[in-house]
Amino acid sequence: MSRNPLSTSFAGLKLRNPTALASGILGYTAESLQRVVEGGAGAVVTKSVGAAPRMGYANPTVVQANCGLVNAMGLPNPGIDEFVEEIAHAKIILQAPLIVSVFGYSAEEYALVAEKAVAAGAEALELNVSCPHVKQTGSEIGQNPRILAEVVAKVKGAVQVPVIVKLSPNVTDMAETARVAVKAGADALTAINTVKAMAIDVDTTLPVLSNTRGGLSGPAIKPIALRCVYDLYETVETPIIGCGGITTWKDAVEFFLAGAIAVQVGTAVALENPNVFHAINRGVKAYLKKKGYGSVKEIVGIAHRA
Amino acid sequence: MHTALNTLRTTPILSVKTESPTVKTYTLKDKLCAKAKPGQFLMLWIPGVDEIPLSVMYAENDRVSVTVKAVGDATRHLHSMKPGETVGVRGPFGNCFTEASGKILMVGGGTGTAPLLFLARRLATKAQRLSFVVGAKTKTELLFLKELNAVCTEQGVITTTEDGTYGLQCLVTEPLGKLLAATKFDMVYTCGPELMVSKIFNLTEQHGISFEASLERLMRCGIGLCGSCVIGKYRVCRDGPVFNAAQLSEVKSELGISKLGFDGERIPV
Repeated sequence: MSRNPLSTSFAGLKLRNPTALASGILGYTAESLQRVVEGGAGAVVTKSVGAAPRMGYANPTVVQANCGLVNAMGLPNPGIDEFVEEIAHAKIILQAPLIVSVFGYSAEEYALVAEKAVAAGAEALELNVSCPHVKQTGSEIGQNPRILAEVVAKVKGAVQVPVIVKLSPNVTDMAETARVAVKAGADALTAINTVKAMAIDVDTTLPVLSNTRGGLSGPAIKPIALRCVYDLYETVETPIIGCGGITTWKDAVEFFLAGAIAVQVGTAVALENPNVFHAINRGVKAYLKKKGYGSVKEIVGIAHRA
Repeated sequence: MHTALNTLRTTPILSVKTESPTVKTYTLKDKLCAKAKPGQFLMLWIPGVDEIPLSVMYAENDRVSVTVKAVGDATRHLHSMKPGETVGVRGPFGNCFTEASGKILMVGGGTGTAPLLFLARRLATKAQRLSFVVGAKTKTELLFLKELNAVCTEQGVITTTEDGTYGLQCLVTEPLGKLLAATKFDMVYTCGPELMVSKIFNLTEQHGISFEASLERLMRCGIGLCGSCVIGKYRVCRDGPVFNAAQLSEVKSELGISKLGFDGERIPV
């Protein structure tokens, strides 16, 4: 029996607490991931890495919106052959599970990057099949059930570590996508990636993001993400990681009650700071004590009892 | 101001001043950025072109000034813009220099002189001695000589040019050994190319002098989200851009050596 009420586990991963850094935030270097672990994160997810380097889009890549951010970074990454060094370094210094986010333009490419990431030390993978602003990958993969199934199956066949699939809310029926991912072998699901969005400046009459379209994150999308997690909990038995606008302990608890086994935090690292994980964990712990629960695992999905 | 509320706003360019053949100063109307402290930066959106970080050179009333060298597409485009044209602004972001007293030395390389001039103006009345070493490649690129002479202690401005067309013919770091040995400064501030910063940091460490440097790295979001500007565990945009000696000694393996490129790869500085 664990005495730490915050410790949790899913898909074979053991976390000292149920918070993780979401993909895309910091996450290029081992030291910046370590900073987030010092800030209290129970696990970290790296920036999405592909087979070849990508420069990403020109600025503006981030626009502040009411209650959130709209971003279109364009998946900047050094490519897996360069990134393996960072993974290996992170594996040595991190005191928390290292989850590497992977993207590709084909099932073969996802599998190739996944294999290299695991060989370098990734303890789990998160498949980015939900980035809303890069063509021919991300959500274009996740929106097509046939290709999604192929990607998940191919990666599962290539590696021995847990494979998490990060889902897009930009689909007609997320339950369908989730079922496809689970049937193809997904060990866990992350819900959700950003919600397709944009910003226009009225003075210049121009779209602000250089890519025109981006994805909305932050408090604005929390109720959307919460509903997605609630629905998925009733759809699949696979562990669900909640993600979308989580900033406070109360947000996190809402996601646990909806059915999330853990939560990812991204935008709050910028809107607050990297110590936001500590603040969330302290609040969750106090909530559990006040409510008489011995473990965070006891509250997962209990909102469904009603 | 909370980051979430510091949204992009557009504003006209009020005035443009030519500082050198390659450097211009832009003054904008912006109430938030007018409250910037020396060392802080803003994100300037050149509509339809790019958005770039710029150190604040001056801020007063409801106006803010930034000094820009034409080095790439974005800055060249900005140099073609005239008063009355519209730009976007976010900020001010980042931390600021601590305002020391006593004997102060500032070392400015290129447009790195701009935020130091802002600081020098603030410290001029407090400092017991204010000295400034300012360097450039050639005479016509030396920035703010008149302004620096007006705020520094008499004979306090030392100029260097790499081609010897004005002042001492050497790098801006050259006169520092002698200066630091002759005077026990209470604080050294610098801003400029990272190799220069790293050299000066080593010198101040040898002399046991307090030191603060404003760093520049490739920046995208400006609010501590994207990780493009990290040095060690620090985000230059959010934990910096001003770092003290203790912080810089934590990132020695990167300072003046490597940074992240646009694709996140570690590349030489």
